Amino acid sequence: MEHITTPKVENVKLLDRYTNRKPANGTLYLTATHLIYVDASAEVRKETWILHHHIATVEKLPLTTSGCPLLIHCKNFRVAHFVIGHERDCHEVYTSLLKLSQPVKPEELYAFSYNPKMPKDNREIGWKLIDLKVDYQRMGIPNDFWEITDANKDYEVCNTYPPEIVVPKAANKATVLGSSKFRSRGRIPVLSYLYKENNAAICRCSQPLSGFSARCLEDEQMLQAIRQANPGSPFMYVVDTRPKLNAMANRAAGKGYENEDNYDNIRFKFIGIENIHVMRSSLQKLLEVCETKSPSMSDFLTGLENSGWLRHIKAVMDAGVFLAKAVKEEKASVLVHCSDGWDRTAQVCSLASLLLDPFYRTFKGLMVLIEKEWIAMGHKFSHRCGHLDGDLKEVSPVFTQFTECVWQLMQQFPCAFEFNERFLLEIHDHVYSCQFGNFLGTCHREREALKIFEKTHSLWPFLLQKKQEFRNPLYKGFTAYKELKPNTLPFSFQFWCGMYNRFDKGMHPKQCVLDHLLNSMSQKMKLEDNATDLENKLPFLDGPLPDEVCSLSKIVNASVESSKTPMLNTPQDYESEPPALLTNGAIVEEVDIMPDQDQKNKENFANHHDLPDLNSTMEVIESDAKKEKLQHQ
Amino acid sequence: MEFAELIKTPRADNVVLHRPFYPAVEGTLCLTGHHLILSSRRQDNAEELWLLHSNIDSIEKRFVGSLGTIIIKCKDLRIIQLDIPGMEECLNIASSIEALSTLDSVTLMYPFFYRPMFEVVEDGWHSFLPEREFELLSSVTNEWRLSYVNKEFSVCPSYPPAVTVPKSIDDEALRRVATFRHGGRFPVLSYYHKKNGMVMMRSSQPLTGTNGRRCKEDSALINATLRAGKRGYIIDTRSLNVAQQARAKGGGFEQEVQYPQWRRIHKSVERYNILQESLIKLVEACNDQSHNMDRWLSKLEASNWLTHIKEILTAACLAAQCIDREGASVLVHGTEGTDSTLQITSLAQIILDPRCRTIRGFEALVEREWLQAGHPFQQRCAQSAYSNSKQKWESPVFFLFLDCVWQILRQFPCSFEFNEHFLIMLFEHAYASQFGTFLGNNESDRCKLKLPQKTMSLWSWVNRPQELSKFKNPLFEANSLVIWPSVAPQSLQLWEGVFLRWNRSSKFLDEAYEEMNNIIEYNKELQAKVNALRRQLAELETDDGMQESS
Repeated sequence: MEHITTPKVENVKLLDRYTNRKPANGTLYLTATHLIYVDASAEVRKETWILHHHIATVEKLPLTTSGCPLLIHCKNFRVAHFVIGHERDCHEVYTSLLKLSQPVKPEELYAFSYNPKMPKDNREIGWKLIDLKVDYQRMGIPNDFWEITDANKDYEVCNTYPPEIVVPKAANKATVLGSSKFRSRGRIPVLSYLYKENNAAICRCSQPLSGFSARCLEDEQMLQAIRQANPGSPFMYVVDTRPKLNAMANRAAGKGYENEDNYDNIRFKFIGIENIHVMRSSLQKLLEVCETKSPSMSDFLTGLENSGWLRHIKAVMDAGVFLAKAVKEEKASVLVHCSDGWDRTAQVCSLASLLLDPFYRTFKGLMVLIEKEWIAMGHKFSHRCGHLDGDLKEVSPVFTQFTECVWQLMQQFPCAFEFNERFLLEIHDHVYSCQFGNFLGTCHREREALKIFEKTHSLWPFLLQKKQEFRNPLYKGFTAYKELKPNTLPFSFQFWCGMYNRFDKGMHPKQCVLDHLLNSMSQKMKLEDNATDLENKLPFLDGPLPDEVCSLSKIVNASVESSKTPMLNTPQDYESEPPALLTNGAIVEEVDIMPDQDQKNKENFANHHDLPDLNSTMEVIESDAKKEKLQHQ
Repeated sequence: MEFAELIKTPRADNVVLHRPFYPAVEGTLCLTGHHLILSSRRQDNAEELWLLHSNIDSIEKRFVGSLGTIIIKCKDLRIIQLDIPGMEECLNIASSIEALSTLDSVTLMYPFFYRPMFEVVEDGWHSFLPEREFELLSSVTNEWRLSYVNKEFSVCPSYPPAVTVPKSIDDEALRRVATFRHGGRFPVLSYYHKKNGMVMMRSSQPLTGTNGRRCKEDSALINATLRAGKRGYIIDTRSLNVAQQARAKGGGFEQEVQYPQWRRIHKSVERYNILQESLIKLVEACNDQSHNMDRWLSKLEASNWLTHIKEILTAACLAAQCIDREGASVLVHGTEGTDSTLQITSLAQIILDPRCRTIRGFEALVEREWLQAGHPFQQRCAQSAYSNSKQKWESPVFFLFLDCVWQILRQFPCSFEFNEHFLIMLFEHAYASQFGTFLGNNESDRCKLKLPQKTMSLWSWVNRPQELSKFKNPLFEANSLVIWPSVAPQSLQLWEGVFLRWNRSSKFLDEAYEEMNNIIEYNKELQAKVNALRRQLAELETDDGMQESS
């Protein structure tokens, strides 16, 4: 709290980036965790909450006639443009936010103060919700070829790996330790996913310390053990997800990539995914395009192209597809690495798992996948998301890209995922929010040191509580699709407006199919209850239940045949019968604020930000007309 | 002329057909006067291909030894390939296809030969008569009249015989205004906004020329639509520059001095061959699967198709805004008033009028604002994306309109009674059809060709319940509001259903649509069940009541 000098500022305007509409006028509050803006000019109380941890940058722009502008960019791509009446207030808010948004010590993170007032037991249970051992069991591990070893229990093998790792049974302790000396930061090859049906495995590691000619017998044995754990295939792939040039440059620093001559029966392949710095600047360019005020179509498409963002997304997707294909179709195991094996490797391995195994497309499955391939395997969330004041060059949207790849898949396979887009956005929000312990720190060891399991809560139980709003009504169930084979031609990738322009509601479809279908789902449950109730009442009145009433389709047929039900299946029917429905399909009980039609209308209009302002158009015309007159004279 | 003269080789065996999504299949190719048919020797003897010659946009021939290959590019953007053994056969077939797909005479087109296999419940030729539309209008206002001044198509060749004009303007005045407007297209009513009584009119450019010719009756006509003391807006679909240049050719625009009650807004919308080139480039980009991401995005951008979509929607929003927000009447025109003008007036109606978002209302809109309004379909839709001809009059004006409707549908998925398939169907039939609806360039042509007597209307077929069910949007819930689409680039997308239709499988998207339909249908069934149970319960209760009281 010591950073907050001015907890409340009145007469603050919030500009809408896209309209010339009169800006909102209200009060800005600073709390220990949030910036809260309360719009006083709106008819309905409208609050905007911005978590300090979500703030990426705060800028004070040059003074204008209406006041002192404060521009806030958030990590979840919200952009808030405030105008504060007094320069001094603005400055104080500015300095406070700078400090609040860049905590120095981990203990200052929200997760350590967040208290949802629940019994201690629940917190512990919450942390146990995801148990990676269960997932390995699901893959059939331990088995004849693979075992879960605690070789890393004291972080002796690798301090960024979790204590328990899955390695080939044939690899003994000496092999493991020897290999760890030959891999960057000791990140030895471990199992990521085992495709039970044909024993092909996806394994991951960091780059070998091969330089120009170094070899390591144990590392070679390790790879051999992995290959032999899949007796059905005479070879295995070793995939370096970096561009070849980058990998070659690493050799000069004593790192590099596997020499095919030194390893038995490996097929080595580069997949050119760019590094974290390229990705960071690509996102920066993308966001600039998203923020441009009334861009032309050409500006937008050219900007999208120049950002390279979709090119990178496609590269990650292509790599995931390559892995899935190798495992499923060629029945070959794959060892994946990049430099350290915690960014591109995490993206590619988790994406391949998602493509191969429908489990990872369920709520629980995605949580497991993120816990396993990202959190446990040491993706440096703290650095990549800039949780603490630190090196900006370490920040990179690696996880955002993975999230987007999942979304791109959801666009191509709308029935294959148990969850919807909002679930992805919520997870993405919390990766940055530091409200839950899961994404704090950079690896398991660090999280233990931070005592996150004792002091903070896990995100997953909270998400499961909100399962209803995160579900995908079109989900066809676990067995409907096995592996996904997405189309990766360029035109199959779309710009994700829901992420990068998420807070520009005016750009989104004005009616939401997802909401409509979610309503249908809850309405369905109510109707089913209704029907059961009625069925139970009937026999009491008139003896046994008539047979026809039992079967749904029968009753429908019957009523159609007897045509005693006029208006059947018509909207009127919906309106006259409980549960009462509003015209938008919402069920009355669930609607808190239902703007009247005119209000809604205004909203529609106001949101239509790109509509040319009539008056300014007029001015142009009139000045044109004047010029014309002059010409005539 | 007999078609047989054009068909030197009516039949070829062992022809291999390659087409999107199916494995190659061998069969017998037959050419008829209007179709290209390939039947394979599969057990069910099914026809693998049944293609209307008029759907063929262009063909290419290739030879490897004596094996000839014909690549057929269709107006619906599909590309198929036929491998035909024997050079002579192949050449014969190719030249026949070429001749048959480019018949000069309209009366030789398939609609004149097509015999429907379905029972006509409602003759579509009579479904949307101007009189019917005028009846609807008369129920809300008496300020308009139906004029038959153009009965013989003598005042304006591209207008229908009956047009709606202000009651206070007599036919004599209309004749005079017609001489002052390009092609005789005097201002007529396009849309009446019930909510506030404001109207949208459309016309062609005024023929002011360089010396500022004027016409009293013209200003009287459009002023008749203004409320006392109110101003109206003229939306000119050309840039000010282009409009000024038009004066040199006798055209022009409404000068402030002569139309003091009107404010003019220039909203430039592209036309003719620029649109055609845009379509050609876009389809080329979509069909080339060798592109990397950068190349694809740059080709998409360079095609300018989405730029045109944005331009047209912006202008339509502006027109709608003037009417609904500013409470002003609007006159829309460009040069001829047969292309961009109609895009704007029809899209503004989609935005403003809930009726236009129903199936029947949309059909009425297409009839009123496109067919009867004299959009020259025959010229504009003679060729599609694969044409090499540099004719100036071919242009995807109507196609762009449908794409714009799709964009609005995507943003308001619950406000339309029809679905995407309905729009795709209209796109296909505008370019090639067994029905006469889109033949001819205007009502006068249609009258001369006796289309209502000699051909079947598309609406007769579409409006049968069996067909309609395919085009119904399960999410539809009548929405009486004005719907304002966003025209931000982020909100506009490539119309995949048309442009990627033959380039990627839509299996999983179709499944999703099916699933969505199931969810909604199931709820309807449930609701019916609950209703039936309630009724039953109520009946029993009254029975009980009666028993007790008796």
